[in-house]
Amino acid sequence: MKFGVVRFPGSCDDVDAVLAAGRVGEAVMLWHGDRDLQGVDAVVVPGGFSYGDYLRPGAIARFAPVMEAVGEFARDGGLVLGICNGFQVLCEAGLLPGALLPNVSLRFVCRQVQVEVMSEYSPFTRACPLGEPLSIPVKHTTGRYYAPDSDPHGCGVRRLADTQILLRYAPGQNPNGSDRDIAGVCNAAGNVFGLMPHPEHAVDPLTGSSDGLWIFESIRAHVADRVAA
Amino acid sequence: MSRAITSGGSPGGRTSSGTRASEFRALGLTDSEYELILVLLDRHPNDVELAMFSLMWSEHCSYKHSKRLLRRLPTEGRHVLMGPGENAGAVDVGGGLAVAFKVESHNHPSAVEPFQGAATGVGGILRDVFAVGARPIAILDSLRFGEPAASERSRYLLERAVAGIGHYGNSIGVPTVGGEIYFDESYEQNCLINAMCLGLARHERLIRSAAVGPGNVLVLLGALTGRDGIGGASVLASAEFGENDADKRPSVQIGDPFTEKKVMECCLELLDRDLLASLQDLGAAGLTSAASEMASKGGLGLDLDVARVPLREPGMEPFEIMVSESQERMLCVVTPELVDEVAAVCERWEVLCTAIGEVADHGRLRLFDGEEMVGDLPVAALVDECPMYELEPAPPDMPLYPPPPARLGGRESPRELLLALLASADLASRRPVFEQYDCIVGSRTVRRPDEADAAVLELPGGAALAISIDGNGRRVACDPRAGAAEAVYECSANLACVGAEPLGLTNCLNFGNPEKPHVAWQLVEAVEGLARACEALGVPVVGGNVSLYNEAPDGPILPTPVVGMVGRLPDVARAGRIGFAAEGDAIALVGPYAPSLSGSELAKLRGTAPAGALPVMEPHAVRDAHDQVRDAVRSGALSSAHDISEGGLAVALAESCIAGEIGARLKVGVDSDEVALFGEAPGAAFLVSGPEAVLSTLGRVIGRVGGKALVIPGSLEVAVSELRAAREGGLVQYATSAVWSE
Repeated sequence: MKFGVVRFPGSCDDVDAVLAAGRVGEAVMLWHGDRDLQGVDAVVVPGGFSYGDYLRPGAIARFAPVMEAVGEFARDGGLVLGICNGFQVLCEAGLLPGALLPNVSLRFVCRQVQVEVMSEYSPFTRACPLGEPLSIPVKHTTGRYYAPDSDPHGCGVRRLADTQILLRYAPGQNPNGSDRDIAGVCNAAGNVFGLMPHPEHAVDPLTGSSDGLWIFESIRAHVADRVAA
Repeated sequence: MSRAITSGGSPGGRTSSGTRASEFRALGLTDSEYELILVLLDRHPNDVELAMFSLMWSEHCSYKHSKRLLRRLPTEGRHVLMGPGENAGAVDVGGGLAVAFKVESHNHPSAVEPFQGAATGVGGILRDVFAVGARPIAILDSLRFGEPAASERSRYLLERAVAGIGHYGNSIGVPTVGGEIYFDESYEQNCLINAMCLGLARHERLIRSAAVGPGNVLVLLGALTGRDGIGGASVLASAEFGENDADKRPSVQIGDPFTEKKVMECCLELLDRDLLASLQDLGAAGLTSAASEMASKGGLGLDLDVARVPLREPGMEPFEIMVSESQERMLCVVTPELVDEVAAVCERWEVLCTAIGEVADHGRLRLFDGEEMVGDLPVAALVDECPMYELEPAPPDMPLYPPPPARLGGRESPRELLLALLASADLASRRPVFEQYDCIVGSRTVRRPDEADAAVLELPGGAALAISIDGNGRRVACDPRAGAAEAVYECSANLACVGAEPLGLTNCLNFGNPEKPHVAWQLVEAVEGLARACEALGVPVVGGNVSLYNEAPDGPILPTPVVGMVGRLPDVARAGRIGFAAEGDAIALVGPYAPSLSGSELAKLRGTAPAGALPVMEPHAVRDAHDQVRDAVRSGALSSAHDISEGGLAVALAESCIAGEIGARLKVGVDSDEVALFGEAPGAAFLVSGPEAVLSTLGRVIGRVGGKALVIPGSLEVAVSELRAAREGGLVQYATSAVWSE
């Protein structure tokens, strides 16, 4: 099992993602200017401030050469995990529905939050313990998830199905004003997942929690099953 | 070959500096300093040279009022790898690893434009750390503002400075793991923004800034050079504030954390590949300071062509290029055969890289604008010949600081006093601030803000670093010598409570105008106090910064030496916490405990000026107590440990109750007068809990953990939920109300 972590200029949690993924498999760094995904089994688009994010977060990164390859990889059914800025990038790239808006507070917020897992079958959450919220930190300024319920302007926006909501903030834990307490969503096919909480920062009780490891373990288990099948 | 300098002309009569008097005075040079320049050059300096002298001889760059004094600080110790004089000091932390660290002020720019001032303060200290080859792994900040309740300006400065720190630190991916914020009227016109950074490097990768090898190439890395920050060091940092400070706004630099992130990664990769011979960041006084420092330390000269410096805007004069404080730039020395390889690494990181000159053995800083020589100065004249001034200290014969407005009447019960203290701006929860900082990026943070007395960062191999930053201007105002020592003791106590042994410290001396005898006296006394405390605890000073002239028309700031201390603990799994953990655990006071209300938070709330005697502390007794606590924490037998500082014993107990979500009951018969409950004794005593047998050899058991309230029989009983509500609400009202005075 080999994870590839994309490194844009301005990525901050890229090394953390490599360390976290490295706990369940092999992990390599993928350079933003390359189109070669080095044969990885899953791609992680990490947190940070890609290209500075002085424009709308992720708006520049989606045009990076590596993102062409990530798009193809996703269309072929490859597993793609976008964390925080990675979530923003995947929404900008059209690989995930909806958008991330500035937090209601208009401030950066760094906080440990409880999130509830909404699906036990997704490749990204299948290993999570049932009925237990996960303790994972968030840290972002632009994390308020928004997906329109309807398409009043006829833009071809597809409604987000409830089954695409894989993570919700537990009651009272929503740190940013996200629509329906949404913390993470997947695409309709289920192989691309974006979330604002940072599972790579919850892989060791010593640094706060190890609940995020379940996300990486889920990906490993899914890839292992697929290889076995 | 270029023609020699003529533009400055011959000095003629050496006493007749009159023709240029208005120019050099406007640049901050005194008449006698200008006279000295004439002697050193044997001619008038031209405009470029004059601008360079004015910066290098400014207080900010030359430390001309403090350099002699700073020699008093102990700088040697068995862990020291690099002491003062480099961009950052460094200590050995075992396993072949070094930690480089430094604290630096960005007070004056922040008072003019708090967001960019604070942001570039963080950017500057980060560059200092990666300039020595260390990867920055943590930021801490020590902030001071005027009273938020009384001053809209102070609320605005707090809001924007915090946003600026977060903007830079969060964007660059270095966690902000701790810090402190206090408020006092004396900081109304002169807020303090001190930023500390720590970096990690293998010993062999540490690099110095001294230029080496005549014929080597001088390469400028990073951002374009623009007109921002021109004259910052002399205009802002070396003079008092007056009216119309908005006019100084063009002297404040603008930060670009994305560029710095690229420059940082690029420099670290260049060092990994062993492509650099020396490295220096560009900070105050820009190219002028960076080039002269590199040449001076290497005992060499430099030829530098300003026409090759990439500019952000056309038409910049040579002097503007030399003094620009544009951020995110580094200067390095590269051997000629490696220049192409350096350029290739820079291209990959999209970092601009330009050869702008070369190292020479003539001991001069020679500036060219293409073919024309536009400046030619002996390096020694710029760096070493700046006149040093003797301070003329004299203790003040009348109080320097007026009493603050009273917020308490004097008839409150201990319960009411405790709640008022917890809700005060100085002691309330810093959550509204620290939640705006990423404290976890890097995957090393084992203790986050509010969890322990010091931030704890995991090292490879199972050990950890502990870091604390402290300073208390009110106590220093009472007695500069004892108060400054208390800052060292408090840091040491913070480290002991997480189980760490101190390895080194850095300090930032924030004071008023040193030309005034009473400020000079505060400075001299404070340095003496720091020196003695450091000697007694065996902690060397490996670097630091001095910020003087923090003075408004109505007087100086409180004397505010800020101490940042770095320590190591062998077993990260046993790092201490402050929260009470288990019902029935015993609580003991350890060490010499001599609380006093002088300069305390309670005194402040009662409207008492910061004056009066501080407890006399026997430094070796403090050291012994800290050793005991550290050993106990390391043994794993304790469930928590917390030092007693601002607000005294009652506030410390309340903090441990809140963090552990459990109450505590003190024994009947414990002294419970105001001095015992709220008197302060920084660094002197500890509150530890665990099985009683462990504690009985350490100190006096005063109570037990348990219940839902903090109970001191005969004095007070407050539910933990009430304690929490008071503490959580204190700063929120100021830190989250959007205040925009523009």
